Amino acid sequence: MTIAAAPGGGGAGAGSATDGRPLRPGVDVSHRAILYLESINVSFDGFRALNDLSLTVDAGELRCVIGPNGAGKTTMMDVITGKTRPDSGTAFFGQTIDLTRLSEPQIAHAGIGRKFQKPTVFERHSVFQNLELARKCDKRVWPTLTARLDSSAGDRILTILDQIRLHERADHPAGLLSHGQKQWLEIGMLLMQEPELLLLDEPVAGMSDDETMRSAELFMALAGQYTLIVVEHDMDFVARIADTVTVLHEGHVLAEGSMHKIQQDERVIEVFLGR
Amino acid sequence: MAVGFVPLHLSRRGPLLARWTPRTAWPFYGVAALVLFVVIPLGHLAAPAESVWHVSSFTVTLVGKVMCYAIVALAMDLIWGYTGILSLGHGVFFALGGYAMGMYLMRSIGHDGVYRSDLPDFMVFLDWKQYPWYWRFTEHFWYCALLVVLVPGVLAFVFGFFAFRSRIKGVYFSIITQALTYAAMLLFFRNDTGFGGNNGFTDFKRILGYSVTAPQTRTALFVLTGAALLAVLAFARTLVASKLGRVLTAIRDAESRVMFSGYNPLYFKLFVWTASAVICGVAGALYVPQVGIINPSEMSPANSIEIAIWTAVGGRGTLFGPIAGAFVVNLGKSWFTQAFPEYWLFVLGALFILVTLFLPHGLAGLWRRVAR
Repeated sequence: MTIAAAPGGGGAGAGSATDGRPLRPGVDVSHRAILYLESINVSFDGFRALNDLSLTVDAGELRCVIGPNGAGKTTMMDVITGKTRPDSGTAFFGQTIDLTRLSEPQIAHAGIGRKFQKPTVFERHSVFQNLELARKCDKRVWPTLTARLDSSAGDRILTILDQIRLHERADHPAGLLSHGQKQWLEIGMLLMQEPELLLLDEPVAGMSDDETMRSAELFMALAGQYTLIVVEHDMDFVARIADTVTVLHEGHVLAEGSMHKIQQDERVIEVFLGR
Repeated sequence: MAVGFVPLHLSRRGPLLARWTPRTAWPFYGVAALVLFVVIPLGHLAAPAESVWHVSSFTVTLVGKVMCYAIVALAMDLIWGYTGILSLGHGVFFALGGYAMGMYLMRSIGHDGVYRSDLPDFMVFLDWKQYPWYWRFTEHFWYCALLVVLVPGVLAFVFGFFAFRSRIKGVYFSIITQALTYAAMLLFFRNDTGFGGNNGFTDFKRILGYSVTAPQTRTALFVLTGAALLAVLAFARTLVASKLGRVLTAIRDAESRVMFSGYNPLYFKLFVWTASAVICGVAGALYVPQVGIINPSEMSPANSIEIAIWTAVGGRGTLFGPIAGAFVVNLGKSWFTQAFPEYWLFVLGALFILVTLFLPHGLAGLWRRVAR
């Protein structure tokens, strides 16, 4: 497993990666973009989930991805996080990291965090322990066996607990949280990984209006420091947070631009309202 | 406290971790050590036969044997209860450890066998002229002790690597482990493979120069087994209280989240799977000199299923549960097979069904409910 080292980009070259060991420093974003997808094709039993999909996301951006069911939004996330290998096409993280050659844990170490559509947390562990497990560190077997929580890690966990408003519930098993709180915990776990790029699949599904609004605030605060790609069905939510919106349809990009521009686009109107 | 540094206002860990605090376990360790290392050994060696403190050799052997099973149940609990991977082939690791020790015991018989030969009896009547290459050096105790650990360990490592790398999970994994132990049993049953065939290894005379039937030897083996059980318990406790233990439980509950958090489940599964197999091998090695026989039936699929039953009855995902399960089921078996031999399998099946339906957390769950 090798990653071509980039001269002069993003600190030292990434070098070779072993599973579980931090693959850093640095994703190379010297050309502004942090994610390049080019001509990606994925088919399952003849069904073309992604059809010549090309997409570029700039570092620090808050990008929303919308599209009808089956448009390929989740498959796109699967390709980015290594869960699905594309039949053809290239997927690069920064200038140097070829995502199609890395495993899921390696991609996580490279700096991509993913929140699933259905909130997925460790239900039997406490909220605190969930965050502790997600924390960026050497995640190979032996260092994990001998790991002790030091005070800087403890401080980091407390900061995130404040940010996701679960301070009061730190000692509760995650399984006892409400649906919305689990969503927040999962986002907190992503932040503990100190990623560069966050992929959020329907992050406000099942949240109350109040929680949705607080999520919008949180995401807008995170943009800039992190790059966010948010897949969401809630159009009001998208309109509130998005810089740029990408519309997917039948596995490729139908339109891209500001929410205002998207809403005027005839093809988009046809896909969402027509038929 | 298991987690090391904890910010002050988070230091009350709530009910989730309360059961890990060492303080509650120390009295148990104390009593167990007293019984295993003082009461029973002295009762067997020193107390006269008519005294109430006398412990018969039958009891010593029975308890020693059940302690070996308890070690296996704990090993099973690490991989099944904590990591969520059900093995139905753990008997093979137990038997391999047993066979490695058994061959040393065979060679210690020397010329005292039925045929007064250089070779063990089974080789003489199966017409072997010399030891096959894989039994070389087995006359040395240290080498056999090494085999006890290495053979189950290497088999588990290689098998686990390919199975976990192919992401074989759930019932499919259980089925191939069952196939593994079945295949091994067929191999060991054959006369031409040099593992003693149907009869296996038996008629042991001495271990490290001491008679295997002498009360002192019996007591020493008993004490060793008790020490091994406590050591495995301490190891399991350290493991599950560590961050690695929390990763294992996380793999059980949400493996994809573990992967996307940057842990590679393959190596964590492989670690606990191999450790579990090695522990079973050690248990097998302690078992054979105490019961005096090892044969391929230890590798039968039914034996491996029984191991899972001990763990389920005692309570998966707890430490004392599997030990209690191994004792309850096996002492029950020992009584039942004398009183109503033909009904034991029905009772075992019924017990498993009842526990699954009414005590999903096993005896440990029942205990917790009663204690509350």
